[in-house]
Amino acid sequence: MKKGAIWLCLFGAVLAVAVACSWGYLKENLNLGLDLRGGAEVVLQAVPEDGQTVTADDMEALKEIMRKRVDNIGVSEPLIQLEGSDRIIVQLAGVDNPDEAISILGRTAKLEFRGPRGDVILTGADLADAKGVRNPGATNPREENVISLQFSDEGSKKFADATARYLNQTISIYIDGEEIMSPTVNQIISTGQAQITGGYTLEQAVSEAAVLKGGALPVDVEVMSKRTVGPSLGADSLQKSLYAGLTGMLLLLVFIILYYRLPGVVAAVSLVVYTLILTWLIAWLNITLTLPGIAGFVLSIGMAVDANIVIYERLREEIANDKSLPAAVTASFRRALWTILDSNITTLIAAAVLFQFGTGSIQGFAVTLAVGIVVSMFSALVVTHYLLKWCADVPSFAKHIGLFTSVKGGVGRA
Amino acid sequence: MLKLHIDVVNKRKLWYAISAVLLLVGLASLLFRGLNLGIDFTGGNIMQLQFSQNVAAEDLRALVSSYVETTPSIQASEDNIFLIRTEDMSEETSTVLLEQINTELSSYDILRNERIGPVIGAELIANAWWALLLALALMLLYITIRFRFNFAVSAIVPLMHDALMVVGIFSILQIEVDSTFVAAILTVLGYSINSTIVIFDRIRENRELHSKQGFTDLINESINQTLGRSINTSVAVLLLVLCLFLFGGDTTKAFSLALVIGVFAGAYSSVFIAGSILADLTKLRGVDKNEIRAAKKGKKNDEKILV
Repeated sequence: MKKGAIWLCLFGAVLAVAVACSWGYLKENLNLGLDLRGGAEVVLQAVPEDGQTVTADDMEALKEIMRKRVDNIGVSEPLIQLEGSDRIIVQLAGVDNPDEAISILGRTAKLEFRGPRGDVILTGADLADAKGVRNPGATNPREENVISLQFSDEGSKKFADATARYLNQTISIYIDGEEIMSPTVNQIISTGQAQITGGYTLEQAVSEAAVLKGGALPVDVEVMSKRTVGPSLGADSLQKSLYAGLTGMLLLLVFIILYYRLPGVVAAVSLVVYTLILTWLIAWLNITLTLPGIAGFVLSIGMAVDANIVIYERLREEIANDKSLPAAVTASFRRALWTILDSNITTLIAAAVLFQFGTGSIQGFAVTLAVGIVVSMFSALVVTHYLLKWCADVPSFAKHIGLFTSVKGGVGRA
Repeated sequence: MLKLHIDVVNKRKLWYAISAVLLLVGLASLLFRGLNLGIDFTGGNIMQLQFSQNVAAEDLRALVSSYVETTPSIQASEDNIFLIRTEDMSEETSTVLLEQINTELSSYDILRNERIGPVIGAELIANAWWALLLALALMLLYITIRFRFNFAVSAIVPLMHDALMVVGIFSILQIEVDSTFVAAILTVLGYSINSTIVIFDRIRENRELHSKQGFTDLINESINQTLGRSINTSVAVLLLVLCLFLFGGDTTKAFSLALVIGVFAGAYSSVFIAGSILADLTKLRGVDKNEIRAAKKGKKNDEKILV
């Protein structure tokens, strides 16, 4: 058996194993954007108080608190990033109730305990822990679910002092300036524990506690824009675009095989390799796959197939110019190299600019397109090249020049 | 080889005319009707709700109208799904509205809830222009370095043609555009320039091989030599984007339609417009330097053949 045939068999086997192994891994590890699996994206604008400005420290603190809040809601892998000098973008993919999540993020969450004359005794900064719990001993429906607070050591001391000072008077609890309750102090509390009963459902108590525990925002924020996608719509979009992409790719493969014959089959294999590499890269580089991202993916398949077409059109010309098959293969790749590089680099420029100026899902699209273009060059110039060389090396292929081109030339002499 | 042979450059007035007519119609529509800008650009809210019971669109409209000044757009689709578009509403207002819809009309699942502040929309438009200008400038630079200035200009002008074609048709059909539209346009430019470069690359190569041939003939020859590639790649890419358009979800319909139109326009302009402009430009700017150098070396290379 000729070397080419051995290589081809080996390559086929490796590819088959790779495809088989990839499916499960990729299904688990692809990072889907919120438009594909539901979720929320919100742009928050810091609003300074009159006469003040928002500092970089404020923004860093804001980011940190956002991270805590998101953790407390129980969302994994949130994307939290600062934009410009006074904006913060939070993306939560896969959250069940995106609208509620956004309302939690936008809260200032300023907790204050005030004495009877309005003096501030304790703030959220004195908290060590906050939990939303059921209160089994409740006699009043307002008290069924409570927020249970645990103060820090210093906070506990302050609280003990205050309860001693204001024994038999009221201490009011404010959240974001709104009075939640004003209980009368009937004993000195030195354990540093307190409960807020605000007529909460358990759910409310839990999320309220999460917000309080995360701490108050250093500046107020305003929701500039938001986007939430329910999980069902996301799943629907994902399924439809996958279906559309696969159908398109199948039609494309049929077309290219019918038109280019054996090299068409090589291109088809090379495209499968391309798709595999790109998907792996997307998983490894942790690129978020968005709806436009899938479109970018599909489009880059078009670019990948173009590189093959450029080469094959050359191949036909070279064969028509009476070159022997191996010489025609070598020449077609050599001459197509700069064509492919120049044309792809110009497209890459567009993708780079798009990445620089785009936000969110558009960036995902640009990254997918850019990585796709680079991989497509590899798949055409390396994968297709070797496969075709090996094919030309197999006597039973090389004998039938009709497998390579419909053009009649003097290639019988090959 | 392909039997098809088109005398592209000598019939260039025809191609210019076809493009001019299409572009003028698009421009007129842009001027008089403008683009149907979505909330990404104008600011506003979009809610997509799936109700658990039957809800009359008029009831929903009446309720939503009481919260906003301009008339909201209510669009019903199957399975009790409604798409509500309004002017910009604050977080508080939209929360109250959603609450009232729940109590007065029916409970629902929120499929989508978007709000874009007007500031963001304005920034998006500014960014889109910068992106477009920067991309064009960088491509101009790259092609000038790799080819020469005449080629660069001839490659960039058709891109504006393609972009305008897509924008024009979207204006005529009044399809709503969102931020992904900008991405679609830039992708179309990327695709179109790709095709043009393949042709120009062949022109560059042929010029080195057959320096004695007239430049116009040389362009024609190069376009025809690469015609197989131009057609096949366009068919391949069209297959893909058509599938995206036909079978993809509603959210990508406008995006993929822009790609379909753009791929058509790009394929056309690469083959019929770019080479034609290159021929005209070379004529306009006179003999290009290579030829002068060649002439100085005493090669038989008279100016007539450049025309």
